[in-house]
Amino acid sequence: MEYEPVIGLEVHAQLLTKTKIFCGCSTQFGAAPNSHTCPICIGMPGILPVLNKKVVDYTIKMALATHCNINRENTWARKNYFYPDLPKGYQITQFAEPIAEHGYVDVEMNGGKKRIGITRIHMEEDAGKSIHDEHQPASYVDLNRAGVPLIEIVSEPDIRSAEEGVGYLRRLHEILVYLGICDGNMEEGSFRCDANISLRPKGEEKFGIRAELKNMNSFRHVQRALEYEIKRQQYILESGGEVIQETRLWDDSQGVTHPMRGKEEAHDYRYFPDPDLVSIVVSDEWIEEIKKTIPELPLEKRERFVNTYDIPPYDAVVLTTSRELADFYEETVKNCRKPKIASNWVMGDVLGHLKEDKKDIEGSPVSAVSLAKMINLIEDGTISGKIAKEVFEEMWKTGKEPKKIVEERGLIQITDTGSLENAIDNVLKTNPAQVEEYKQGKEKLFGFFVGQVMKITRGKANPKLVNELLKKKLSAS
Amino acid sequence: MELNQLTIHELQKKLKNSETTSVEITEAVFKRIEAVDDKIHSFVTLMKDEAFEEAREADKEIQRGNGGPLTGIPIALKDIMCTKGTRTTCGSHILENFIPPYDSTVVKRLRDAGAVFIGKTNMDEFAMGSSTETSYFGVTKNPWDLEKIPGGSSGGSAAAVAADQCIASLGSDTGGSIRQPAALCGIVGMKPTYGRVSRFGLVAFASSLDQIGPFTKDVEDCAIMLNAIAGYDPNDSTSVHADIPDYTEYVSKSIEGWTVGIPKEYFIEGIDPEVLSAVEAAIKEVEHMGAQCKEISLPHSEYCVAIYYVIAPSEASSNLARYDGVRYGFRSDAGRDLMDMYKMSRSAGFGDEVKRRIMIGTHALSSGYYDAYYKKASQVRTLLRKDFDEAFRTCDAILTPSTPTPAFNIGEKMDDPLQMYLCDVFTISCNLAGIPGISVPCGYTEAGLPIGVQFLTGHFEEGKLIQIASAYEKNATLERRRATI
Repeated sequence: MEYEPVIGLEVHAQLLTKTKIFCGCSTQFGAAPNSHTCPICIGMPGILPVLNKKVVDYTIKMALATHCNINRENTWARKNYFYPDLPKGYQITQFAEPIAEHGYVDVEMNGGKKRIGITRIHMEEDAGKSIHDEHQPASYVDLNRAGVPLIEIVSEPDIRSAEEGVGYLRRLHEILVYLGICDGNMEEGSFRCDANISLRPKGEEKFGIRAELKNMNSFRHVQRALEYEIKRQQYILESGGEVIQETRLWDDSQGVTHPMRGKEEAHDYRYFPDPDLVSIVVSDEWIEEIKKTIPELPLEKRERFVNTYDIPPYDAVVLTTSRELADFYEETVKNCRKPKIASNWVMGDVLGHLKEDKKDIEGSPVSAVSLAKMINLIEDGTISGKIAKEVFEEMWKTGKEPKKIVEERGLIQITDTGSLENAIDNVLKTNPAQVEEYKQGKEKLFGFFVGQVMKITRGKANPKLVNELLKKKLSAS
Repeated sequence: MELNQLTIHELQKKLKNSETTSVEITEAVFKRIEAVDDKIHSFVTLMKDEAFEEAREADKEIQRGNGGPLTGIPIALKDIMCTKGTRTTCGSHILENFIPPYDSTVVKRLRDAGAVFIGKTNMDEFAMGSSTETSYFGVTKNPWDLEKIPGGSSGGSAAAVAADQCIASLGSDTGGSIRQPAALCGIVGMKPTYGRVSRFGLVAFASSLDQIGPFTKDVEDCAIMLNAIAGYDPNDSTSVHADIPDYTEYVSKSIEGWTVGIPKEYFIEGIDPEVLSAVEAAIKEVEHMGAQCKEISLPHSEYCVAIYYVIAPSEASSNLARYDGVRYGFRSDAGRDLMDMYKMSRSAGFGDEVKRRIMIGTHALSSGYYDAYYKKASQVRTLLRKDFDEAFRTCDAILTPSTPTPAFNIGEKMDDPLQMYLCDVFTISCNLAGIPGISVPCGYTEAGLPIGVQFLTGHFEEGKLIQIASAYEKNATLERRRATI
């Protein structure tokens, strides 16, 4: 029988606010344990939470970018459970009335688009971190992360393969980072993903029994874990068994999922409305205000790049991997009006050098305007493409303007027909054997002559002119 | 009269006229505490050194001519309000040694107003009780009869005012915890509208019901205290942005032409005959003052206790989860693992009544029961609120007994939680509806125990509440007594 995977993903994204969701403590990662805490995020008696409005701003932004309905009145709830890194014994979250519901994102799959539904987006506070000492019977609690704002994005069970799952994740990740509301760092836990996955016979409407997957810390983990889990469940079903509804952890080193131990007992979180917080009322004005701050999103940008700049879709994908890179490209095009040539330079030389130097586009020593100026020098014949590579190297090293480098080094292309003719004559004179061979039909030698001219002129000869003149001379003599 | 027996407004005049000093008043208060607190046990923690320091500071301010209505006045705080640097126990073993690094907003406001804090008063553990018998720190006794309970949960704050161990005090009221002990101790006690006074720094029992309010010797003092503590607080999202009038302006105003509702559901079987006749007399007095009293109905009243004992324990079960022995408070070191540590710390740290309510609340919120209990209770709570909205369409105020009985014997109801819960049958509705309520003395039983009458008004109408309570207090022909210990 052919089986079809049914996958839904739950993504937790840490919002890039300066302060925590319900107190004024810093959200900065990596500080000394418990240094970013106060009576509120430690959960001392009598303290009360006060909502950070920025958290709502950011969440509305994400909700709009993913075509969600914003619930004009949404509420807070408490999720109750005991754990040492959960200071109040409950997490403040949204339950019955989340801020946003019924959205979607389009994911590019094999040239086509697949629409994946978003069930809901809600806001909540993060818990702290427990650190277990392996050498002594002790555990430590760091509450710096307690109260850091998160949004949880729950997808519809619309995903049908590991590739689609990862495509969806990349898309969410890209939007969050484009919006500037999440740094997307998966290693530091700013972007986390859990999966619900089940199999059903192809054509069947009813869902099968699902497993929940946790502990996937990169896109690659998600890909491998989903692939593994599909195979595992398929094997069970094909051998007549039943999938157990449980939480399973991905073990990347062994490439398997295994059941989570110790926490089998089903939690009853006893959700109820948090009486310490009032409901959030979202006005039309608020939504309009946020709408204005939403930039063009990657998918739309890609389509626009292909349409207006007439560059291949592959180029558009590479150039839109970050908002800053896309801006750099557009700034270059604006100043040189050669979209494809600009694309080649940005994708090739700029990105190559950045990778070598381990820098982001913001750290590029060559500005978009300088790059455009250099492209202009090629276009107006001042330098050849080959010389341009040399100029670019120098620009990268020194940050100097291309024109200055060309002048200082005397790299201006020779376009003076007289001096080029001299050079060509010289070459033909010193290589009579080759000229003879060429005339007898060995046309491949044309390149040899061009090379010799370039050598004499130290690369500065205008290649187009050299071609023209050379052809003329060879046919004449 | 001794200084400690006077009211805020009387002392304020004396201070202004340099007839006395804050240090003298504070001395009188501590003399009284030293003389009688062994018998009454109003206090868990005394703040003598700080108090005299504050009193000296207050005297300087008064000399400079900067004194306000509360400058130099000795005030006691229920031990549920966090005080920076002074332990705040909430009457519980689990917080026995908890010293908050912050002041609650009310404490900050009173501090800014120049008040002198003399100590933290005894209370039912986590404010769960109606007799101050569930405190980890022992029972508080009624100054009118040391065999009797003072009411609760703010029993220490009520007894301290009734026994002149302070000039005024603050309590908290979740289902009657200010008004019931005020009635049983023969003083004035008010629960303001939910949202009128900041809850920041008030150790939470049931967050949607808790509200801080004053205990005073008369209604004018109540207005002075309310002036100081009321108002929006950015640290409490449930506190309300609304103008705060000068409540003392409502003192001594006439209630002629008012309509006062007498809800028939509050005159039920089981009400003590002496309480009933005192309250009936109060109704006549109010009519004498030119108000029209008419019978009204609050049809959902019979569900109040049931709603309350679902909602309050539900919220409490969550609010008290933070006392887990991990970060502060009592931790049992007998446990072998994390679960053990939780169980043993909480088992040893909480008393029976607290555990009972945590269990009730946990059950009411659990899946499969939530709809039948918590959700249903919330829905009926909305209906109850509508009862009051309806009543206040035609009534300026509502008058009821504060309690069904006068103070009862220590130990009498400790083994019968249901009987204990019924002590709040007349005060709970006010918390559920979020409206303000006040209890003022309206007579004595033959045995000499005080009886209270309760007035209720609409949301944020504390002014009218002061007005009717003050009118009643000033004009009723009522014998005034003082507790003798």
